[in-house]
Amino acid sequence: MKQHWLVRPGTIRLLWAVFLSVLALTVLASLITDVHAWFWLDGTFAFNAWYGFATCIGMVVFAKLIGRLLHRKDTYYDRN
Amino acid sequence: MTGISAIPPGLPLLLGALLLPLFGPRVRAILALGLPLLTLALAWQVADGVILRIPFLDYELEPVAGDRLSRLFGTIFAIAAFAGALFALNRARVIELVAGLACAGSAIGVTFAGDLITLVVFWEALALASTLVVWSAMTDQSYHASMRYILIHLLGGVLLMTGIIGHVADTGSVTFTTMALDSPAHWLILAGFLVNAGAPPLSAWLPDAYPEASPTGMVFLSAFTTKTAVYVLLRGFPGTEILIYLGLYMIFYGIVYALLENDMRRILAYSIVNQVGFMVCGIGIGTELSMNGAASHAFTHIIYKALLLMSAGSVLYMTGKRKCTDLGGLFHSMPLTTTCGIIGALSISAFPLTSGFISKSMISQAAGGEHLALIWFLLTAGSAGVFLHAGVKFPWFVFFQKDSGLRPPDPPLNMRLAMIFFAFLCLAIGIWPAPLYAILPFPVDYVPYTRAHVVEMLQLLLFSGLAFFIMLPYMKRTPTITLDWDWFYRGLGLRVVRSVLSMSSPLHVRMRIGFLRRLGTFFGTLFLYHGPQGILARTWATGSMVLWVVILLGLYLLAYYY
Repeated sequence: MKQHWLVRPGTIRLLWAVFLSVLALTVLASLITDVHAWFWLDGTFAFNAWYGFATCIGMVVFAKLIGRLLHRKDTYYDRN
Repeated sequence: MTGISAIPPGLPLLLGALLLPLFGPRVRAILALGLPLLTLALAWQVADGVILRIPFLDYELEPVAGDRLSRLFGTIFAIAAFAGALFALNRARVIELVAGLACAGSAIGVTFAGDLITLVVFWEALALASTLVVWSAMTDQSYHASMRYILIHLLGGVLLMTGIIGHVADTGSVTFTTMALDSPAHWLILAGFLVNAGAPPLSAWLPDAYPEASPTGMVFLSAFTTKTAVYVLLRGFPGTEILIYLGLYMIFYGIVYALLENDMRRILAYSIVNQVGFMVCGIGIGTELSMNGAASHAFTHIIYKALLLMSAGSVLYMTGKRKCTDLGGLFHSMPLTTTCGIIGALSISAFPLTSGFISKSMISQAAGGEHLALIWFLLTAGSAGVFLHAGVKFPWFVFFQKDSGLRPPDPPLNMRLAMIFFAFLCLAIGIWPAPLYAILPFPVDYVPYTRAHVVEMLQLLLFSGLAFFIMLPYMKRTPTITLDWDWFYRGLGLRVVRSVLSMSSPLHVRMRIGFLRRLGTFFGTLFLYHGPQGILARTWATGSMVLWVVILLGLYLLAYYY
């Protein structure tokens, strides 16, 4: 079966390239944007970029830890 | 009180829904689509102030009272009922359609209720109707889930009703106005409202019950119960500080549990709690901007959440599968469902040019404006987390990731039309927010499309996306569930009850044997006198009958004289 164009390795490499360039562009856009900071931390360079990235990593790690404690097989309640 | 505007807008929908089973498919379709539109028209007939007063006992009911807030919620509930009915038409059981439209009618009844008695009547009708929606999936799981669902909602109803009785005893008035947390009664009312909002510790009912509904049923469910709670909180408890913290808990609870979840519709159910968290937080902040944010976010949320659930519902309807571990690669054969799912996912993430962008940011803007630093930082992290758990995770695991080999086509026409309608609304509101801003409770002095806001949001969301794909190896789906507060009554509570029963079983057995023995003696005696050979079951001679009648009449005569 012929591979769909979206799942070919070439396309996926291209998508990553486009994605990373867009990320870079949004960071560069900070240079030419007047950001209104409410507090000092959110006035740091490209705040939303690093903050979004860091908090998401944090949330995934936190979720994994919670999961260790609270995960059960999805038939857990069926036994009752 | 004049003519048509004195009709409670929710009533024709609530009562009309009950008539649906009487008609054939064609008339039923016309009614199911026409009644929500009629309701929409009625909602806009309601002017400001109390339109209808009915004396009841010592009080005055106000079943029709309008203002900007009630019209806003009335509008979106009617639109949601229309799209939900279109999606469900000919696909759902008639009972589910009836229940779904009755949900909408009850929710609209709440939004136009000027007094607490009318409110609680429609509130309970909503609980019953939504239970019926869960139940009408007609599976074992849905039956048990609907029973757990109604237990929690009846508890919420009892809290609310007790609070209302206390409030009326304190103040002598049944009018539904803003309340302060200055009496136990008001705490109870708040608790009753919060049960329906999915606030902790009773939030588990939502991801427990909703995903057990049918593919079409969950679309109905997502729109009404929690958003009715948001409406009553907006009206009853604006600026109540505790709501900020409850809202923040709901935001992160929704994200963390959705990240751990494997069932696609449970991911979306957790994400309802997450989104309602933003609204509850906005209500807690209590400025005009944050209240507008909460109200408009409820409006846009109903649309994009229904859209997400329609796309998930289409997948479930066409494949019969609901777990991420069984799905993937569906974009091959379901292009429209994929596109609509992605539009919904971008909207929930507040991507520029979608509806979430123009509503949610008002809430964090308000937190910043009030210099609530910690809350602002948490709301921003929450926004990033929304993209993580709903914006990327849902479409990625359902439509892309590994190829599951499933190749179902897009769903039938009416389902496609409903999705297209809501996808259109998501984009239209995002691109042209002015009409929505014009009907918000307070005048809007907010410009969403500034360069700074667009750049900030793109950075936040795209870098969250980067985090998702970097962490992908850690996000591998497993066939698991995550324990929640409901473990205390579904797990621990059950075990306690069982062990008490087993400990007391010798006593129980003795009591049972004793009872049965007594029952046997009782029936034995009964049989002796009334059985076929019993003295009271004999055929009596006419003569003796007449004799007894004469004696009785004689006694009566004597009693009459003395």
